[in-house]
Amino acid sequence: MEIKSLVSISDYSKEKILQILDKAAEFEKNPNQKILDGKVVATLFFEPSTRTRLSFETAVNRLGGRVIGFADKSTTSGTKGETLKDTIKMVSNYADLIVMRNPIEGAARYASEVASVPVVNAGDGANQHPTQTMLDLYSIKKTQGRLENINICMVGDLKYGRTVHSLLMAMSHFSPTFTFIAPDELKMPEEYKMFCKEHNIPFKEYSELNEANIADADILYMTRVQKERFTDLFEYEKVKNIYILKNSLLENTKPNLRILHPLPRVNEIEQEVDENEKAYYFEQARNGVFARQAVICDLLGL
Amino acid sequence: MEKDNKKELKVAALKNGTVIDHIPSDKLFNVITILKLDQCNCQMTFGINLDSHRLNKKAIIKVADKFLEQDEVNKVALLAPNAKINIIKDYEVVEKKTLELPTEIKGAIKCINPKCITNNEPMFSKFITIDKMKGLFRCYYCERVIKSEDLIIE
Repeated sequence: MEIKSLVSISDYSKEKILQILDKAAEFEKNPNQKILDGKVVATLFFEPSTRTRLSFETAVNRLGGRVIGFADKSTTSGTKGETLKDTIKMVSNYADLIVMRNPIEGAARYASEVASVPVVNAGDGANQHPTQTMLDLYSIKKTQGRLENINICMVGDLKYGRTVHSLLMAMSHFSPTFTFIAPDELKMPEEYKMFCKEHNIPFKEYSELNEANIADADILYMTRVQKERFTDLFEYEKVKNIYILKNSLLENTKPNLRILHPLPRVNEIEQEVDENEKAYYFEQARNGVFARQAVICDLLGL
Repeated sequence: MEKDNKKELKVAALKNGTVIDHIPSDKLFNVITILKLDQCNCQMTFGINLDSHRLNKKAIIKVADKFLEQDEVNKVALLAPNAKINIIKDYEVVEKKTLELPTEIKGAIKCINPKCITNNEPMFSKFITIDKMKGLFRCYYCERVIKSEDLIIE
């Protein structure tokens, strides 16, 4: 019997995405239920994360399940040289579902092969983070009332940012239009632009964040330009302050525009924007709980 | 060309087995590794730096009493897409195998991504061929896309 897992957003069909989003909407209406009563979920975080771990644990706790796990790999047998396979085999004996974040890319796919319970990938290095994509889709649908024909403007690190790549792939089911705004060093990789061309998805590309370039946007998806991505710190210093969103830039944007950000934010969105009615990133993080409740229950067949 | 082949085969006087001809010389040892011939007890003859019209220097492998299956043959396509593989029975070529890139390759290739799980756990790599014409492969685990010229044979 094949065990269902969620490793990559491409594991989900369009129908599955819509089904999970509907389920998430139900959980938003009623987040406290006893559906997971008697279930144990393991959260294995081999790499630190506050939002993702807390939101998974909140999702489980609010549904009456129990959580075991660790938030820091230094407290695990991994430090004694235990393989990931052995850790996963062992945890499979204890828990009904495993949520794992691991800096090693492909770790989640491998874990899903060796585990005897479903595995949810909560981020594997620069590769995949599918529940982030699900909560992004949920936030888009909730704020815009639909997923079809949305104009999404992605800003910042479009080269290494796994969230923008996964969102691009997932949105491809819904006839989107994209605008990519990034410094030359961090442009959207060629393979994703090819993907857009092959799927007849129109996109524009700019290197400047200004009023004109975001005028048509329904969603402004901001990302952090991460210092650790640069081999040349001089390049980082050059670009780090270019992509900063301020209230003044938002004055002439569409009234339905909402600003999303996977968080953590550093300085790419000014604090003043938090009070703007177009800011949606904290609500977006809240939606993560409902999206994860939907994913977990789906994998457990509940 | 046909004539050349026959001459080669005569020299080896292979009664039954497989001949892999027209391997670029610098790929001989990789082909041996990928087919695990170094762990095989069959009688084998390797020729290297032989003169070739097509390649500057070619290599040849003759394995007695072993008939390569299609999935093994396909692995050779990763390294030497223009190699010729003939199955010999009773001194005659009974089958010419055509090389085609496999749709899935387990083991044999090392992922170039140092952060890939396959380079951090005792396990086999796995690649999915995504474009046979362009020679593009995707690591099944870290999902990195690798060009054929960047493949590292284990």
